[in-house]
Amino acid sequence: MSFDRIGAVMRKEVREFRRNRFVVGTMAVTPIIFLITPLVTLFNVPASASGTQVRSAVGLLSLLMLIIPLVIPPVIAAYSVVGERLQGTLEPVLTTPVRPDELLLGKAGAAFVPSVLIAYGIYFVAAIAVRVGAAPVVSDVVWHTPQMLAQLLFTPLLAGFSIWVGIGISARASDVRVAQQLATLAGLPLLAFTSLISFQVIKPTVPIAIGLAVALFVLDVSAYRVVERMFDRERLITGATRQG
Amino acid sequence: MERLVVEHLTKRFGERLAVDDVSFSVAAGEVFGFLGPNGAGKTTTVRMLGTLIAPTSGSAIVAGIPLEPENGVEIRRRIAVMPENPGLYLRLTVAENLELFAGLYGVAEPRDRIESALRAVNLEARAAEPCGHLSKGLRQRVGLARALLNDPEIVFLDEPTSGLDPVASREVQQLIDGLRGHGVTVFLTTHRLEEAERLCDRVAILNTSLRTIGPTEELRDRLFTKTLVVRTAAPLPSPADVFAVQGVESWRAADTTRYLLTMDDPRVAAPAVTRALVAAGADVLSLSEAQHSLEDVYLELIDEDVEATR
Repeated sequence: MSFDRIGAVMRKEVREFRRNRFVVGTMAVTPIIFLITPLVTLFNVPASASGTQVRSAVGLLSLLMLIIPLVIPPVIAAYSVVGERLQGTLEPVLTTPVRPDELLLGKAGAAFVPSVLIAYGIYFVAAIAVRVGAAPVVSDVVWHTPQMLAQLLFTPLLAGFSIWVGIGISARASDVRVAQQLATLAGLPLLAFTSLISFQVIKPTVPIAIGLAVALFVLDVSAYRVVERMFDRERLITGATRQG
Repeated sequence: MERLVVEHLTKRFGERLAVDDVSFSVAAGEVFGFLGPNGAGKTTTVRMLGTLIAPTSGSAIVAGIPLEPENGVEIRRRIAVMPENPGLYLRLTVAENLELFAGLYGVAEPRDRIESALRAVNLEARAAEPCGHLSKGLRQRVGLARALLNDPEIVFLDEPTSGLDPVASREVQQLIDGLRGHGVTVFLTTHRLEEAERLCDRVAILNTSLRTIGPTEELRDRLFTKTLVVRTAAPLPSPADVFAVQGVESWRAADTTRYLLTMDDPRVAAPAVTRALVAAGADVLSLSEAQHSLEDVYLELIDEDVEATR
């Protein structure tokens, strides 16, 4: 595996989406929308609120913060293969010595880094805003170490899964929009998982956070392996699977 | 030295036979034309040799390496493929496009190589322009610059002048000529027969199976008898007597003052015909050998296929 080739793909991808208004717009606007609603709710929680009220309000913030790494990456990842195929850029790339794993990792890396940076950035903005503007009872729950650890660990792992699902769908789809919609939908089952953590149905302790993170990591690696196997040059170029 | 050896290459897509039992070889520094109608299997052949798709059967040696799945990376390192659509990233600049491919080829000193590739296609001044702002001709040139980045042994060019105006086409053709000068083997698929005739050392005509292969001159000789065209100011009173000379195999009148004479060797027959015409007191306007173009060869072969399928 050549890290130079992975790097070359990543640089190209990042340059491309920096100049794509749709991608930049989605990446900029979506997290802000996800930030405003829970903050307004949290700022309105009185200092005398019950534990259930606080947990419910903080749960909404936590849930939306964990949705960000599930909804932003598909915008990029779902475009990555089918988009190139439709604009005719995939074939020249596949005629170079780049291997499928290098191409996939380059594309995934380019979607992963900005998505995770945005998700972390928004989360820290939210956490600091709560510290400054919300009641201490709310701030204490948001700044609870296991809660933060879960957030920090799950964000990149959820993004990773969402990216591999997006790329996998992109490698099979014939239309960019369909790929983006399917990729977003395919990431939603993980919402159930994030909801359990966010609303503290599963109480986030340090061992539980680490255990679930390991499980997510295994899921990410499995998803990568599946996508790598799905990457069939012949099908991508001709639309036909290999015969004989 | 052979750079490309293809033996019995066949490709099927389900029930459809795209390429049938094709064999040929191409030497180092040769410009090889690969001609055929739409759907003849030209692009499929290029894709097989470029390791993009796997042959159903047959074998090939590309740049000295057997065409096997495990050799894909090594083969791709030694070749360059420019598809009909150069497939540039339109939001990226010319230099950024080339930077990506220099990275994928693992080119040492990429900046120098990009500069020299751009110099070769006369695009240095446009390096910072987004490809989306370039004309089709300039995009083809960027595609060619990209094909030069890895110093390939074989360059596959699929319809490189398709959709270009005559000036842009001529520029691309000059670049192809330049590649030959540098010892690069050029595998050129094209619909432009005059382009193939001008550029190629040899051509192959494909229509799912290989119909013929050889230098253009040889293909003409193989397919067409030599014909001498005689034009006179007035009809000859007795053409059968005039053309009964050594070397002329047969003749026919194309119209009242134009005669077509077939022969094996015009160098023997033409002087004898000239003498006979002068002796007969004919007012000769012209006497010339009929020229068959590559297009005639192509149409003859493809028409045969059309007839055969009726």
